[in-house]
Amino acid sequence: MAKRAAPEVNAGSMADIAFLLLIFFLVTTTIEKDSGINRKLPPIDDSEVEPPIIKQKNIFTVLLNKNDQLLVEDEPMQIKDLRKAAVEFLDNGGDGSCSYCQGKKSSSSSDNPDKAIISLKNDRETSYAAYIAVQNELVAAYNVLRNRRALQIGPQKGFSDMDFIKMQNNHKDVRWTGNKEKLKEVIDQIKLEIPQKLSEVVE
Amino acid sequence: MSKFKKKKDGGLPPVNTASLPDIVFMLLFFFMVATVMREDTLKIQNQLPLADQVEKLDKKYPVSYIYMGKPSANYKKFGNVARIQLNDKFADVSEVGRFIESERLSYREELIPYLTVSLKIDKEANMGIVGDVKQELRKVNALKINYTTGTGDALTNMK
Repeated sequence: MAKRAAPEVNAGSMADIAFLLLIFFLVTTTIEKDSGINRKLPPIDDSEVEPPIIKQKNIFTVLLNKNDQLLVEDEPMQIKDLRKAAVEFLDNGGDGSCSYCQGKKSSSSSDNPDKAIISLKNDRETSYAAYIAVQNELVAAYNVLRNRRALQIGPQKGFSDMDFIKMQNNHKDVRWTGNKEKLKEVIDQIKLEIPQKLSEVVE
Repeated sequence: MSKFKKKKDGGLPPVNTASLPDIVFMLLFFFMVATVMREDTLKIQNQLPLADQVEKLDKKYPVSYIYMGKPSANYKKFGNVARIQLNDKFADVSEVGRFIESERLSYREELIPYLTVSLKIDKEANMGIVGDVKQELRKVNALKINYTTGTGDALTNMK
């Protein structure tokens, strides 16, 4: 019989398979990115200027003690109720100058979102986890109001179905095709109408 | 008889290994892409708390990292209260200012005002040390900070 070796396997397409897999993994893998709560610290102020007098009703005090217990406006509170309480305080609109507020217009709560200040005080023994939880809830309260406002004024400016978070994301997103300058204006307007005034007490 | 002998001589054909480099490169690329570079070797426990109102940390601008937490198992001799880690070593609160200054030197001048300090703090750390570091940051005018957290329900942080 004639000599016959086994035929060689054609490996020419191996590279194609390899690249196919490579591209598959490239597309499906997401690189983890750090995220967190952005804050801006107040600059150190050495000047002797008297701080402006703020009416007690415009301050929403949040105290976090060393056992991670909350005291909000001199009342003990559970963390899950904090967001709602903060929204109610910010949204009160006591002096009637805030047309977009839907609060109770109570005379014992804040005048308008621009004057309303949330004051947060924590103990040295407070755990960081609890502090972040409180920060998160307070930021959430602002975001609730900003989202609501965005849904109100967005459609008039041509950005319907977009809440504040989505507006900010779109503004950052390079692939978003809308009018970024106009969007920035809307974002700035909302930020001006509902400013984040969160002050922290430093001993 | 001769029939069998001939077969033995032929033997097995060698496996073609021409595509081996492809496979190796593929793996290399995959790991290059999927690996998250750790900036520093951690000597402390660093389990971040969770939050859901998070914004992404923009890497377009310079970011400096400050870690806090209690020393991990191998570094028990440094005690078990939360400590600060800057770069690869434990540091004192008073060194934070110098650390920020040296970080600033390593960036282009026009980017310096955008320097964000990412605070990676263990959830069990107490606020005393965090407050001290924040105060140090104010002293050197590094005001943009980011409490780096995991993404999840913040209410689970409170026991």
